[in-house]
Amino acid sequence: MTDTVASRPARLALVGNPNSGKTALFNALTGSRQKVANYAGVTVERKEGVLTLPGGRGAHLLDLPGTYSLRARSPDEIVTRDAVLGKLSGETAPDVLICVADATNLRLVLRLVLELKQVGRPFVLALNMYDIAQRQGLRIDLERLSAEIGAPIATTVATRKRGLDELIDKASILAASHAGAHENVWREPTAAEIRAAHAEAQRIFKACVRPPERPDTVTGKIDAVLLNPAAGLLILGLLLFVMFQAVFTWAEPLMGLIETGFAALSAGVAAVLPDGLLQSLITDGLIAGVGSVLVFLPQIVILFFFILVLEDSGYMTRAAFLMDKIMGGAGLHGRAFIPLLSSFACAIPGIMSTRVIDNKHDRLTTILVAPLMTCSARIPVYTLIIAAFIPHTKVWGVLSLPGLVMFGLYATGIVSALLVSFVIRKIFWRGTVEPFMMELPTYRWPEPRNVLMNLWTRARIFIERAGRIILPLMILVWVLSTFPYPPEGAAGPAIDYSFAGRIGHFIAPVMQPIGFNWQMTVALIPGFAAREVAVAALGTVYAVGGDDEAGTNLGHLLAGQWSLATALSFLAWYVFAPQCAATLGVVKRETNGWTWPTVMFLYMTGLAYLASFTVYHVAVALGAG
Amino acid sequence: MSDALSLAPEFAALSAARGAEGPLSTARKGQRGVIVRVGGETGRSESIDPDELERRLLEMGFVEGAAFEVLHEGLFGRDPIAVRVDDMRVALRRREAAAVTVQFEEA
Repeated sequence: MTDTVASRPARLALVGNPNSGKTALFNALTGSRQKVANYAGVTVERKEGVLTLPGGRGAHLLDLPGTYSLRARSPDEIVTRDAVLGKLSGETAPDVLICVADATNLRLVLRLVLELKQVGRPFVLALNMYDIAQRQGLRIDLERLSAEIGAPIATTVATRKRGLDELIDKASILAASHAGAHENVWREPTAAEIRAAHAEAQRIFKACVRPPERPDTVTGKIDAVLLNPAAGLLILGLLLFVMFQAVFTWAEPLMGLIETGFAALSAGVAAVLPDGLLQSLITDGLIAGVGSVLVFLPQIVILFFFILVLEDSGYMTRAAFLMDKIMGGAGLHGRAFIPLLSSFACAIPGIMSTRVIDNKHDRLTTILVAPLMTCSARIPVYTLIIAAFIPHTKVWGVLSLPGLVMFGLYATGIVSALLVSFVIRKIFWRGTVEPFMMELPTYRWPEPRNVLMNLWTRARIFIERAGRIILPLMILVWVLSTFPYPPEGAAGPAIDYSFAGRIGHFIAPVMQPIGFNWQMTVALIPGFAAREVAVAALGTVYAVGGDDEAGTNLGHLLAGQWSLATALSFLAWYVFAPQCAATLGVVKRETNGWTWPTVMFLYMTGLAYLASFTVYHVAVALGAG
Repeated sequence: MSDALSLAPEFAALSAARGAEGPLSTARKGQRGVIVRVGGETGRSESIDPDELERRLLEMGFVEGAAFEVLHEGLFGRDPIAVRVDDMRVALRRREAAAVTVQFEEA
């Protein structure tokens, strides 16, 4: 090899089964020197980190999506296969593969190792979680195993940072020598070849691994409770309840802080910049726009904290197991559970996490129904209307009516999401049902450091990606609500004269049958920036002062102006309407085109209109008009 | 299929032992035995291509000769099921389990 080859950074890639601790190893090896982006042209997450090899040579380490086989099925697995084969567009082939294996669960990964061997790229096997294997008294003949697979082996404990030097040493020797490299002879195996590989893997396993003296019995005992048909669902329900309590109560002070911070920032800018267009663009457009999205960050971080802990501990697959029949009845895949759960905080991270779903139709269905889950941006709208119109009476002596209405709105969202996906899967995309097959991993204590690092990655992705999509949209909505200016000496709020106002007036006749007046219609236009912006917009249109009591004042005002039927119709609208440009933007990104955001917009608007129309007319007929 | 049969002699001793054969989809919690055949039609219209299903099952460790035990059943329609396959735990729906033929161990 020439000097130029040796001096350029080496390219390493991690491959392995799901639950092998691959990401923990990636975090341990690269620390904070990570970059998260997308692979060119596909919406698969590309995680790359930088590290230094002994001898000073730099290296790029790619964390490839987990897989059981190179015979890829999902977009994630296709990336892994193509990266391993060096065929991924926009990527240079890795010099060395690091195959990560759970030392206590070698059976399936050995077959993957045999596939990797065919690829002909030098690789090293990292036997991760080696401490657990030792504690169980599992004996692995490392020398023999290394000879059988024709690759060096390093034993690691990613969470304790043990064995990392040895692993990197072995990888860097391979990167320099290219020992064991040969032409790729891998091709998609037939069933017969998979069987043969299994038999070979089994032979190697029996020759090199002595079964544990003290096998893990804890997982079985925990599962006896958590997977008990009735108790399991009950515990899952309790867990979700605690999670939502945490998301909404813990996040509140932080959200207040962010709101105050952005208000102060906005006031500061307003004090420095002269009144006018630039000031308005920065304060009303940029700062208010970014603030209205960042305010959800605390909820998203808390939600992801729970999700990561549940994932790392091994519980998430159990939750998918318990929920599969319920989700499957609606034509959803068990794995859709996590994205839909995230959508209760915000549909954007929910839609981004549908990447774990292999099948295209399953994934699209989940994306399409995710915004029907009651995201937290709807809460300010719901609270405003409920506080203004729903009397504080008790139902059956204990339940408060406003609480019941709130619950009803959440339930309507969930039920309609299930109904919509049922209709999509049973009418539009009938055909085959994707198998639900999942390994139930051994329970483990989540590693705090690992959880925190992954949490940081999640938060960064949300800020970066959402920011990139949301910012231009915010500016667009600002332009629509600002231009043109009202004429000299015009009476009424300025927004009334803007494009938003004109659009509002233009579509007002269409909205009249569902009980909306023109003020409401006008407020809906800036409300596309984010659902809760509609509250502020209603304030603007009704020209209420911007003081702290605006919420209560606005409530009083609305109570005087709207009939109960109109208020209920507005609530129904907000359950279904795609009042969030950022969600549509994310859907466009995730599906690579405008088709699915358009479909989403049309079906949700249609449902919203239908629901509001029904609610309004039923309410009027009952005398609430 | 012929490949499955070519492997069969290895497990002939097991098959001859005892117990009835049947699809894994009919197994109840606590039942155990040995996998004797993977693949073939599930007889369910919504299933994916049988060859693809066969390969996926194999990749998840459902292979002829592996010992199994049904560990858990879902609440609704006793579906999906959690199965111990050799020393791993795998969850799957009964729809797919229909493609795995097992020999039950007699209680």
